[in-house]
Amino acid sequence: MIKFEQVSKTYPGGFQALNNVSFHLEPGEMAFLTGHSGAGKSTLLKLISMMERPTAGRVLINGHDLKRINVRQIPYVRRDIGMIFQDHRLLMDKTVLDNVALPLLIEGYSMQEARKRVQAALEKVGLGDKLRHYPMMLSGGEQQRVGIARAVVNKPPLLLADEPTGNLDPKLSSEIIKLFEDFNRVGVSVLIATHDLGLIARLRYRTLTLRDGRMINDGLQEEG
Amino acid sequence: MSLLFRSRQQGAQQVKISGFRRFVMFWVHNAQQAVASLGELARYPLASLMTMAVLGLSLTLPATLYVVVKNTETIGADWQHASEITLFLRKDLSQQEVSTFHKRLSLSNDVESVRWIDKNEALQEFREASGFGDALNALENNPLPDVLLVLPVANKRGTAQAQALAQQLSNEREVEQVRLDLDWLQRLEALLNLIRDGLLALATLLCVAVVLIVGNTIRLNINSKRDEIMVMKLVGATDGFIQRPFLYTGVWYGFVGGFIAWLATAMVIWWISGAVADISELYQSQFRLSGLNFNEMMVLWLVAIGLGLLGSYIAVRKHVRTIEPQ
Repeated sequence: MIKFEQVSKTYPGGFQALNNVSFHLEPGEMAFLTGHSGAGKSTLLKLISMMERPTAGRVLINGHDLKRINVRQIPYVRRDIGMIFQDHRLLMDKTVLDNVALPLLIEGYSMQEARKRVQAALEKVGLGDKLRHYPMMLSGGEQQRVGIARAVVNKPPLLLADEPTGNLDPKLSSEIIKLFEDFNRVGVSVLIATHDLGLIARLRYRTLTLRDGRMINDGLQEEG
Repeated sequence: MSLLFRSRQQGAQQVKISGFRRFVMFWVHNAQQAVASLGELARYPLASLMTMAVLGLSLTLPATLYVVVKNTETIGADWQHASEITLFLRKDLSQQEVSTFHKRLSLSNDVESVRWIDKNEALQEFREASGFGDALNALENNPLPDVLLVLPVANKRGTAQAQALAQQLSNEREVEQVRLDLDWLQRLEALLNLIRDGLLALATLLCVAVVLIVGNTIRLNINSKRDEIMVMKLVGATDGFIQRPFLYTGVWYGFVGGFIAWLATAMVIWWISGAVADISELYQSQFRLSGLNFNEMMVLWLVAIGLGLLGSYIAVRKHVRTIEPQ
């Protein structure tokens, strides 16, 4: 699903965020990406969502080299990737309904057609009754779940999460992770960046570890 | 169709919407976005209205000048008869000779019509109109000459041709004196040209200013929605999708601005029409200033909308692209 081949990323100014990183995430696989702050987790996710381009090496999604994707095609790539952020990035002046419907409206759905799917996605994250609420009226955990509903509403084959449990207590965190497990069970590939080592230890998923921009463990050698 | 996943279809295809309905929905979406942009403007009525007023009032000046030029041109057209050539004939000619000369001129190819003002009739008229009746009675001879008013054919009415014709007529044996009052007409034409050129320059400058003002306002709008644009880009919105509401905002600026321009132009014309009426009274004319007609109003409106759209287009082209999610 996601394949990195000797990928390096050097930012303008000389900071090398990723150094010769290679790994392969299989379709339908769920994995954690870990490492301390500044190890390159966010950069790695940005390369997948095309917010950054690699300085060297190749990034492939489903066998397609992202180098071949031009600027105009980037939005279409992002429609195939559900993205979840630590700060959830909701539009605070729009209702939960409008927030979650956004990816569908962008794809050309009418609001009536979108509403059914939005309802379904919100039911899935347990917020079926919060359609008319504004994000400010919701708790941190609920806001995060609205962000997840938005990421999955158009049923992308790939989910990326950047510190999705960063601001949440352990109980809420495991609820969020359970949601990801549910999506993974229906065939969605999931990559979760986190430095919550306790969370990773409790769950026995493949864990990719970055340190200073190098992949020191791609989670496969350990078992092998 | 998804770029990366061949089996994955895009929203509209996934829910099986026919091509026709998608075409209809495209316009429905556009209409919805247009209304949404209007709603967005209504959230900050004062700020929006100020931009619209700037646009409208900027167009009022050229529109008013245009109306003035248009009206002056109609006066100019009325005064085309000013290229009439006045021939004062020698006083020693007999009635018969004048009549012959009159007929000869009438047959000329260069002349459309000739009007003969008989010296006796002229004296009679002068006596009645001037109030010098008694003084004139004291005269032994009629001091007035016979006068022929020659109107050249249409293509000889231009300044140069009329002058040539006047020159030619002055060589006639019967003619004592020729008068052709073209100088003031030439001056009027030159003045009109000056105003027209000035109008064009002024209109161009003001249009550029309008585009810059709208562009700057839209740029501020875009910057205030930076976060929203980033989120939209993250979930896969194309630049075109993000731009559309801003373009509609520009269109609305023009739409309402054009309306303001109508009102303001009408008010300015109403304001100066009193003065114009006074002037035309002095010239014993029934002239009344005519405002913008329907077509001109539509053109003004389209220009306003076009400028609003152009300003916002320049702004979105430049600024939406530079906002990238981080």
